[in-house]
Amino acid sequence: MLISLPMRTYALPRLAPRRLLAVLPLLFACSPKGDDTPVIGLITKTASNPFFVKMKEGAEQAAAAQGATLIAAAGRSDGDNAGQVTAIENLVAAGAKAILISASDAKAIVPAIKKARDAGILVIALDSPTDPVDAADALFATDNYRAGVLIGAYAKARLGATPAKIATLDLIPGNPTGAQRHNGFLSGFGLPSYEKSRNELAQPPEVVCMTDTMGDQAKGQTAMENCLQAHPDINVVYTVNEPSAAGAFNALQKAGKHKGVLIVSVDGSCRGVQHVVDGALTATAQQYPLRMAELGVEAAMAFIKTGKKTSGYVDTGVQLIAKDSVAAVPSLAADKALGLCWGDK
Amino acid sequence: MNVRRLAFAGPLVALLLACTFFALQSPRFLTGANLSLVLSQVMVVGVLAIGQTLVILTGGIDLACGMIMALGSISMSMLAVKHGWHPAMAIAGGMSVTTLAGMLNGLLVTRIKLPPFIVTLGTMNIAFAATQLVSRAQTVTDLPPLLTWLGNSVRVGNTPIAYGALAMLALYALVFVLLRETAAGRHVYAVGNNSEAARLAGINTNRLLLSVYMLSGLFAGIAALLSIARTGVGDPQSGQTENLDTVTAVVLGGTSLFGGRGLIVGSLVGALIVGVFRNGLTLMGVSSVYQILVTGVLVILAVATDQWSRKA
Amino acid sequence: MMVLEARRLVKRYGHVTALDGADFEVRAGEIMAVIGDNGAGKSSLIKALSGATIPDSGEIWLDGACVHFRGPIDARRAGIETVYQDLALAPAMSIAENVFLGREHRRAGLAGSFLRLIDRTSMQREAEEQLRHLGIGIRSITQAVETLSGGQRQGIAVARSAAFAQHVVILDEPTAALGVKESGMVLDLIKRVRDRGLSVILISHNMPHVFELADRIHIQRLGKRAALVRTNEIAMSDAVAVMTGAVQSSTSGASG
Repeated sequence: MLISLPMRTYALPRLAPRRLLAVLPLLFACSPKGDDTPVIGLITKTASNPFFVKMKEGAEQAAAAQGATLIAAAGRSDGDNAGQVTAIENLVAAGAKAILISASDAKAIVPAIKKARDAGILVIALDSPTDPVDAADALFATDNYRAGVLIGAYAKARLGATPAKIATLDLIPGNPTGAQRHNGFLSGFGLPSYEKSRNELAQPPEVVCMTDTMGDQAKGQTAMENCLQAHPDINVVYTVNEPSAAGAFNALQKAGKHKGVLIVSVDGSCRGVQHVVDGALTATAQQYPLRMAELGVEAAMAFIKTGKKTSGYVDTGVQLIAKDSVAAVPSLAADKALGLCWGDK
Repeated sequence: MNVRRLAFAGPLVALLLACTFFALQSPRFLTGANLSLVLSQVMVVGVLAIGQTLVILTGGIDLACGMIMALGSISMSMLAVKHGWHPAMAIAGGMSVTTLAGMLNGLLVTRIKLPPFIVTLGTMNIAFAATQLVSRAQTVTDLPPLLTWLGNSVRVGNTPIAYGALAMLALYALVFVLLRETAAGRHVYAVGNNSEAARLAGINTNRLLLSVYMLSGLFAGIAALLSIARTGVGDPQSGQTENLDTVTAVVLGGTSLFGGRGLIVGSLVGALIVGVFRNGLTLMGVSSVYQILVTGVLVILAVATDQWSRKA
Repeated sequence: MMVLEARRLVKRYGHVTALDGADFEVRAGEIMAVIGDNGAGKSSLIKALSGATIPDSGEIWLDGACVHFRGPIDARRAGIETVYQDLALAPAMSIAENVFLGREHRRAGLAGSFLRLIDRTSMQREAEEQLRHLGIGIRSITQAVETLSGGQRQGIAVARSAAFAQHVVILDEPTAALGVKESGMVLDLIKRVRDRGLSVILISHNMPHVFELADRIHIQRLGKRAALVRTNEIAMSDAVAVMTGAVQSSTSGASG
């Protein structure tokens, strides 16, 4: 007689992906050194955006050089405020003396930051400002609006008198960084635009195609393809970041139009700068995530050692990178910029 | 039989109406070049949706397919570029990774008896994290030509059609035949429609479900290759919206989320509907926010029509 | 000669003893009804005979040979078909597909052996024949099962078993969910199945139906066979009395 085996069911704990990602690094962050190693927290918007990955690496190196431990955390996606709030709470519990944060939601993060500051922790905003700006002790950031102005001015100077037919490949509706770059670009180009504080995207008639890409290369390609179908005579393309610019270039190349069209972007990653050298990208505004991280760690250490708080706004710099220089708009030559770029080459 | 015909006709009619509408709005819509473009734009989601349709037909769901595709994309490209594998082996390697991921899903569903929603929610995050760790968030470039070959086109008359788009159509035809004309295909429907009846009829439901999840993984691998072919790079950020895009395509195509009902070709129509709207609205100069709004409305209309046609 | 026989079947689920040394027998071409109160062990007995569960001890004999079923498929292969209470039909699939579910015909030649393509036309034709033979009326063999009435669905399930059974067809509460007219149709259908030479085991709590159909009645009580009687030798009220334990039967054990 054969016996049939009963089937067992197993119960597994509920998975909470957002919290998990925010907390996971803390589980592996135990310091082998003594209790007096200072702890600095770094919270980025996402764990996957190369910009933040490089920022994190820079912060880790700077912290190690100064004899501190860096604990890094991130939200699940761009805009995940809840994940960042949880990260702040966990970092406070883990004994962080200073927290560097690139906030996904400038307003919603403020109460959590206030709590941390009330507990005597230094909180510095990196890359993205809080709203109001003085909700954090200090801000080390790129001026995204200025980044847009630089590439807008450059594009206009290169275009000259030719009537502009512009396509803008933006991030997602309502995102402040995307809005600042877009509106800055139009302003630099000399077209009517919105001021820095507005989150809506301006669309003067010269912008014949305005579409979203989520900063993704494949979506950038699709957006450019469709724009070209509607307006084959587009001669200027603004892209919110270099991955979407790469996608736009692919589309232009497939349509055989890449020679006559100016593509500009923001980032200054090594891949992007290489594209400028190769001619796949006309100009880009370079930002310096590593500098933000270093300045952040320096300020944190100064606070931990001496109790002196940093305050105010430090512009970590934005530099226009282009292959061909234009008199009116100073730029750094692309091959020189390769030494300053961030990311893998 | 009438109900089945109506269920398929619905999405097709919607697609034709949409095409007619956009053709009237812009003279550029109905050109060969533009339509071929739409085909290329939907080919990645289209192929992914094949695997999703199979899983949904069995009464499950695969929330991880986009992330698994990204993992496959990074695996293939890094094996070829960073580890110097022969491109054909790199492609095979990438597809093995995705098929194994599918097998993991299948084993968790059949052996540990966890609901597919929970399983794939978990593996979605695991695949995402694995992709970021392996790639260090860097896009992989300078790929050998074999990896991007499917992005090349063949000329039909005056119109270029990407090989990848043709591959997608061929895969749909193949799966259509398998589902309709083989016993295993009919068993997929039976398991989704009444899994207890299938078991009592002698069908090895565990083996069937495991195969279906592995196939979903394999199609994610093929989609990864198509994604590489389209963009020319291995992108660790890809696949994040595709998880739900495939479900949208499947639902728009008339397949029931409860399992056991639906046509594979419907998912192709569903993917095309989304692609046509995205393309058509851009041609009309309508902002992307409205594209998202329209997709949402369409999904609800699709499900409502499906319910209504069933009662009629 | 007994087609199907069982001796001293025991089945326990934890502390509950469902079968406590139960016996069973059915002859060729007879309709044996199995009646019993809730908890008497009817379902467990039937599950043991149909291979759905494996008894802890005891023996089952089919056509004089001892058999051990490891699952329902084994019983099916041995020629015992079961129609479960919920019918085990896939509602969205067609009648023909349901009849041949798990046993699809393959096409001739390479198309069938290598490509494993199914032969839809032959399955539809055969299914139509089976239904016609048993007098079950339907509009089209390709219509979905969910478009059929309750009685028609029952008919399909019974016809499926009858088509494939070689020895025994087990029916679990076939008329429980049906109205008067449809029950009548199903009862006629069961008689036709018996007329084919198959044995029918009928579980039912509907006494009038039992007494209309069955040749003999197996009365199950407290995990054992309490009585085995010819239908025409017992009154309905007495059968119920034995079933509920109001009366101790003097005829427990094989009879006739």
